[in-house]
Amino acid sequence: MAAFWNSFDSEISGCDCLGDSHLRQAPGDSIASVPYISVTMAAKKENSDDEVDEKVKKYLRGEAANLEGVKDKKLKGQLAVREDLYGKSAKTAAKIEKWLLPSEGGYLEAEGIEKTWRIKQESIAREVDILSSRNQYDIVLPELGPYTLDFTSNGRYMAAAGRKGHLAIVDMKTLNLIKEIQVRETVRDVAYLHNELFFAAAQKKYPYIYNREGTELHCLKEHGPVLRLQFLKNHFLLASINKFGQLRYQDVTMGEMIGNFRTGLGRTDVMQVNPFNGVVALGHSSGTVTMWKPTSSVPLVKMLCHPGPVSSLAFHPNGHLMATSGRENKIKIWDLRKFEVIQTLPCHAKTLNFSQKGLLAAGTGSFIQILADFSGSQNYSSYMTHSMAKGYQVGKVLFRPYEDILGIGHSMGWSSILIPGSGEPNFDSWVANPFETSKQRREKEVHSLLDKLPPETIMLDPTKVGTVRVPQKKEKPTKKDVEAEMEAAIETAKDTEFKKKTKGRNKPSKRAKKRREMIDKAKRPFLEQQTQEHETSRKKQKTNPETEMPKSLQRFVRQKAT
Amino acid sequence: MKVKVISRSTDEFTRERSQDLQRVFRNFDPSLRSQEKAVEYVRALNAAKLDKIFARPFIGAMDGHRDSIKCMAKNPNYLKAIFSGSDDGDIRLWDMASRRTVCQFPGHQGAVQGLTVSTDGSILVSCGSDCTVRLWNVSDANLADSDNLSDNSAKPQAVYVWKNAFRAVDHQWDGDLFATAGAQVDIWNHNRSQPVNTFDWGSDTTISIRFNPGEPNILATSANDRSITLYDLRMSSPARKVIMRTKTNSIAWNPMEPMNFTAANEDCNCYSYDARKLEEAKCVHKDHVSAVMDIDFSPTGREFVTGSYDRTVRIFQYNGGHSREIYHTKRMQRVFCVKYSCDASYVISGSDDTNLRLWKAKASEQLGVVLPRERKKHEYLEAVKNRYKHLPEVKRIVRHRHLPKPVYKAANLRRTMIEAERRKEQRRKAHSAPGSIVTEPVRKRRIIKEVE
Repeated sequence: MAAFWNSFDSEISGCDCLGDSHLRQAPGDSIASVPYISVTMAAKKENSDDEVDEKVKKYLRGEAANLEGVKDKKLKGQLAVREDLYGKSAKTAAKIEKWLLPSEGGYLEAEGIEKTWRIKQESIAREVDILSSRNQYDIVLPELGPYTLDFTSNGRYMAAAGRKGHLAIVDMKTLNLIKEIQVRETVRDVAYLHNELFFAAAQKKYPYIYNREGTELHCLKEHGPVLRLQFLKNHFLLASINKFGQLRYQDVTMGEMIGNFRTGLGRTDVMQVNPFNGVVALGHSSGTVTMWKPTSSVPLVKMLCHPGPVSSLAFHPNGHLMATSGRENKIKIWDLRKFEVIQTLPCHAKTLNFSQKGLLAAGTGSFIQILADFSGSQNYSSYMTHSMAKGYQVGKVLFRPYEDILGIGHSMGWSSILIPGSGEPNFDSWVANPFETSKQRREKEVHSLLDKLPPETIMLDPTKVGTVRVPQKKEKPTKKDVEAEMEAAIETAKDTEFKKKTKGRNKPSKRAKKRREMIDKAKRPFLEQQTQEHETSRKKQKTNPETEMPKSLQRFVRQKAT
Repeated sequence: MKVKVISRSTDEFTRERSQDLQRVFRNFDPSLRSQEKAVEYVRALNAAKLDKIFARPFIGAMDGHRDSIKCMAKNPNYLKAIFSGSDDGDIRLWDMASRRTVCQFPGHQGAVQGLTVSTDGSILVSCGSDCTVRLWNVSDANLADSDNLSDNSAKPQAVYVWKNAFRAVDHQWDGDLFATAGAQVDIWNHNRSQPVNTFDWGSDTTISIRFNPGEPNILATSANDRSITLYDLRMSSPARKVIMRTKTNSIAWNPMEPMNFTAANEDCNCYSYDARKLEEAKCVHKDHVSAVMDIDFSPTGREFVTGSYDRTVRIFQYNGGHSREIYHTKRMQRVFCVKYSCDASYVISGSDDTNLRLWKAKASEQLGVVLPRERKKHEYLEAVKNRYKHLPEVKRIVRHRHLPKPVYKAANLRRTMIEAERRKEQRRKAHSAPGSIVTEPVRKRRIIKEVE
């Protein structure tokens, strides 16, 4: 029966105006609900206008430019035409979203006194079609240690890594095991690179990059003993945090090490990438969360989140929300635009993950809680729960992209449960295609390499690219900058190659003397500048004692000849 | 309890047969895409670089004349052909596709100073410094025979001798009158051997003449006394005159906005005027470093091409102060005439070194048949490049052109001179009573007066 209604759904998915929920009821209720339909039609129409406005706002991507202040008439005219075009394209996109998208999202609604968080996975499996109920399972692999998971961006493939050295790649659509290898040493983390052909495993001493066939492609010795790996998709950067608290960024296309930073805050294994802007966030044992970008050795943001160590971290796909949890059994939801706490939830969480639709999964022990904000107002409340068998210790929860499935990696293997309403129902083939053929995959790889972003584009607000920077008054370079410049000048002076002289004129002592002279020459302008600054500051300081002294004593103030 | 879970059946999302196209599903939601602006910026940068890689504007040179080429004419009915006249009296008809002479029109004793084709494409009018105007029959039947011998020559249909040497000729767009410029402006009819009408205002020779594309009775001329004069054929006296500081070498009317014309001036600038309001130029186009010799508008009315005495050809936007493109070759010497082809894709320049050169109007354009997908891609790259072209990295690449050393040095020199003038003016203004020194806008500065 459920299967019949599901197929009916897909046929009428375009006809919103008749009111979705009523036509999707169980057959027994349909007759009683006929008069209900006409009453809600009018209400639905009013709502639909607001909905369309909301959607248009989303597609407009910000506010229209203010054309009042533009004095140039030609420019004003051109900008007005542009704004008009944007408005039209946003409206068309909103209409497409309303009428032309092929799939509808999932949902779970409780009836009567039932509460959604009491609904068990077995009861969901009974209501849902066979294909979906196949996605609920528990894979038990007790000998090979706690498992961590990673999905490719289209949700088609999963890499599972057991602590004791078991690496497995599974095709999630057919639930086929593609390859499994035993590396026979500790594997702490696994991360897919840009597609399912490459994945990185953080093994005991160094991270390794493997092929889909299980061939070891690279051994990344520079990273050292890595605790966590994250891949930045748009930039092709592999970020890693190791046992000594060093954060490294490596470009996997050219193999270049872009950044190598000592965080200075000790060992940590809490690391997440914010998908919205590409910054890497680390949670430390002092309760601070730091955010990093590959071009600066100082963190962008340092925020004190919890009184004790941060146990896990998760980012909402829209980039504005961050969930952190600490040992004091609280989950805090932060607004990243203002860096303020929006909500504190009394909940244990050893691992956190946001889904594409904004559901938050929190896992501790053998208990998993899913929180959702129902009205879109970022007020999270309990949506579903799932408790596993007593001995299972949850290691990692991860939502599968474009599906209503939550993958759980635990101490006895991995499981998968259904969470209706968590995945994005409509995928875009040019962004991530779960039904990709190998040709499409190759094309996509080439296109994404052409669009590879340079590491300088990672910033807290990614919409700042291409905006006009307000001209500031010319700042004096700070001391650090000056010192850095001096260092750079000295380095270049050191690197200069001298002509090799012949006939006994190439003595080492003379070469050394010449080198010292070059370094002094490079240093000289900076030192001169420094002495000048000292003199001016001294002159300024000299005037002060005069003003500090009372007037009668001022003639006794020693005045040096200037 | 009501439950629904996302379940996609493979059949709906993959193709049925291998000869079908692959299915593509779109979701335009911005939350699926991150860092869109940065991706667009990278694409703009790559588009600018690709543009430069594929920028090969020079197509070929048409060799054959034995003396410098002074004038060219386009046949509005036949896209592939161009007429050129040189200083030794040689007029040739070229086929641009094969870059060969189709037909020669010998006859002029001295330099050919002006060439023009009637709007129906049947008559070619040429005038020269031997005081003659010759009419040649160049209807389609003549042009279609390209298997003839390469130096096929034709006999003129009519030769009219008049009192003094001619400097320029232009045909009316919508009638059968043509006008010649010399000591005075003469209006001729095809069949009369004497001018139908004569205009004379001022004592100096008129050096260029152009009929208005929109109003068939209005024409603009420029004379050696640094003036631009507008005549109306229906009135027996000239209509309006504006005197500038330097002589205008050539004028072109904007075919899409027929009330506007652009004048190529001796002081290295081009001035765009609205013919109804001659007291102020609409726009000053500055980029050449020596006298601008000729100017022609594109049929779209959005761009024009200029050829200058400094051995370069530049393409400007109709409302832009600086050139969008510069073309130069070591072998191309002083450019005396330029034409924009009637399909807005090519630019032809005739120069002192006896060659006509064919260039692409858009240097990195793909010639030939462009598939719809390719065209869409080109349009997208163009649009994304234009959106980010103000950013320094992209701007540096888009603006970069190699200039020949003399042009580069001359441009620097001009810049220092103009800067120095400007600074002095600013200081004079700063040190005098406010309001006593009034700076005139450049558009007005070069005009001495307007005469009715």
